Amino acid sequence: MSSESKCADHGASHLVGRGNRDGAQLFRDWFTSLSETAEEGGQAAYVFVMGSLNEVLKSFDLPVVFPEINSLQTAVRHVAHEYLEDAEDYGYSPDICGYVKADVTMQLRGGEHPMGRLPAPTIAVLTNACNTYIKWAEIWERMHHCPVFTLDVPGTREAERTTWKGDRGFESDRRYVEAQVRELISLCEEVTGKRLDIDRLREVLGYANGISSAWKTVLDLNRSRPSLFNALTDGTIYLGVANGFRGTEPGARYFADLVEEMRYKAEHGIGTLVDERYRLVFVGVPCYPIFRRFNELFSEWGGTFINSTYLWFASGGTNRGFQYDLERPIESLAEGLLISVRDAMDSMFHQDRMLAEMIDEFGVDGIVYHPIKSCRTVSTGLADSRRYLSERRDIPSLFLESDMMDRRVVSEAQMKNRVDAFFEGLASRRQQANIA
Amino acid sequence: MAYAAGVDVGSTQTKSVIIDEEGEIVSTGLIDTGANVILAAENCYLEALRAGRLQEEEVEYVVGTGYGRYRVTFGNSQVTEISCHGRGAVRLFPEVRTVVDMGGQDTKAIRVSSSGEIADFCMNDKCAAGTGRFLGAAASALDIPLRDLGATALRSEKPVRISTTCTVFAESEVLSWLGKGKKIEDILWGVHQSIASRSVALMRRVGIEGAIAFTGGVTKNCAMVRALEDRLETQLLVSDQAHFMGALGAALFALDEILASRAPHDELARQELPYPQIRAQ
Repeated sequence: MSSESKCADHGASHLVGRGNRDGAQLFRDWFTSLSETAEEGGQAAYVFVMGSLNEVLKSFDLPVVFPEINSLQTAVRHVAHEYLEDAEDYGYSPDICGYVKADVTMQLRGGEHPMGRLPAPTIAVLTNACNTYIKWAEIWERMHHCPVFTLDVPGTREAERTTWKGDRGFESDRRYVEAQVRELISLCEEVTGKRLDIDRLREVLGYANGISSAWKTVLDLNRSRPSLFNALTDGTIYLGVANGFRGTEPGARYFADLVEEMRYKAEHGIGTLVDERYRLVFVGVPCYPIFRRFNELFSEWGGTFINSTYLWFASGGTNRGFQYDLERPIESLAEGLLISVRDAMDSMFHQDRMLAEMIDEFGVDGIVYHPIKSCRTVSTGLADSRRYLSERRDIPSLFLESDMMDRRVVSEAQMKNRVDAFFEGLASRRQQANIA
Repeated sequence: MAYAAGVDVGSTQTKSVIIDEEGEIVSTGLIDTGANVILAAENCYLEALRAGRLQEEEVEYVVGTGYGRYRVTFGNSQVTEISCHGRGAVRLFPEVRTVVDMGGQDTKAIRVSSSGEIADFCMNDKCAAGTGRFLGAAASALDIPLRDLGATALRSEKPVRISTTCTVFAESEVLSWLGKGKKIEDILWGVHQSIASRSVALMRRVGIEGAIAFTGGVTKNCAMVRALEDRLETQLLVSDQAHFMGALGAALFALDEILASRAPHDELARQELPYPQIRAQ
């Protein structure tokens, strides 16, 4: 069976695999810096991946903490169960979001985390993209007495009727978001004791533009055969940088390098698998408790994930590549937030339309749906979406239920059985097509 | 004459089937799986060999299937029971497009093409409700042998409604109905209806199309067949060999390998065999 090739098989250059290496280093640096902030009792902004508002927060030089990323790290590092059990002992139900519970334990432990110590929130900023965000931030408000700011982003109101610039309704939505952004700026000024430096905001937006543009390019380049990166494994590293380093110079440099790496791989036919047999799209949030093994269940069959809705919604819709107009930074920031966060929500709730469009373009052989117990926001409706897509397009799909955090509801034996049957079906289908 | 074999190691029982080059069943074996899965697979296979008066060397290829498929240590390769049940059912009933397989710890709904290719499938998840184990729990609570469950249930005139979906709690619900003076046959028929309801819901998730085959060990239970037919409002196709359907499908995949190996010049055909994990070994 095929195995991860990495660069060695191609005898290649320092470029291949650089995104993973540099991404891991940036992550270590980021957590080291957060640990220092925690030790010094410095300020920190708690934000979420679906509309982090990093653009505003970085303009005030506020260090950002992503509790979702912290929590998933506990699962990847195989200690999530300790955090979940402590939160449940504290009184949280097993049915509550695993990310929330891991974070609650981290707060109760004074910021203790496998990657260092994390500072307490000085301010919490969230959007309405996930309903849990709102209750989650209320926990910090109670624990740390920090101000909480919720950006209410109008979502798509009618299926398949998204409004755009020039449409009636779009401008009022944009103004609604802009008014809130201005409120956030005032709050940041109050919290930090600094006035907004509009040129600093422009600088941050410029870096964010570079990241968004490159992120879109990287995702588009995975049309290549063989695919250049695995959207589930490699993609999650890129995603972490896209979130944590949004609006920063190191983030923009990283993504420029990543585009260079992907172009090099595309030009030289360097794929993520030695023998790519099936090109798959992943829908949902990864299975972090067995992150590597989960991917191996597919790569052992020559299956690789060429794209993932996770990379869309968990980057806050920045995969669209929206470019801010630096001449009118606040107005344009509001427009970008409206379009991107709305798209992130659509990627969760109406991803069937996006998937239908990319099947031919990316040469997709199958779709893997991964509803999870911990997150009803992203999982509810997946079965219906799957059925809807199968009515529109003749595309095989697999429905695998497990969790993003809680190993108690992850059964590798059951998963393997379903994955094997899925590939047996794909192989048989390909054989029938060849005969025909 | 070459022979092919399939060994289906299930959670409760292990089944084996040996077929000839025409795909006709020559012999079968059936034993309880028990704790030693490797030994169960070996003994079951030996039972089929004995029944067919065959020597081991006469069987050219063996495919393992079922949860214990990787414990069929003497096998040449493995295929999931999902594919095997689909393949076996289409072999016996070419018009079948939907298969419902009810085993000891899981129930599968499988949608198949005319060639036995799996179009979609769905299984019970995280829970044994709606499986043979649910019947086992009820039988235990009512102190009735499994083989008598069906006939007893079909005597029901006023079935009770079993509301719990949990196999463990089903036992206490059954006892509570007994405490209320309900007849055993009415309780049992309620249990069968409850399982049928969950199984049909599973089938609807993959889409019910064409003729429906019922496979797996629970097919021996006549009340379960009736309950499903009532719910689906159609007659099910149930083979005498329904219990061996997974092993039969595995044997048919083994036969594919034997036939393919006889055409080594056709490299393209080799490359496009449907089950790559077989080829790799």
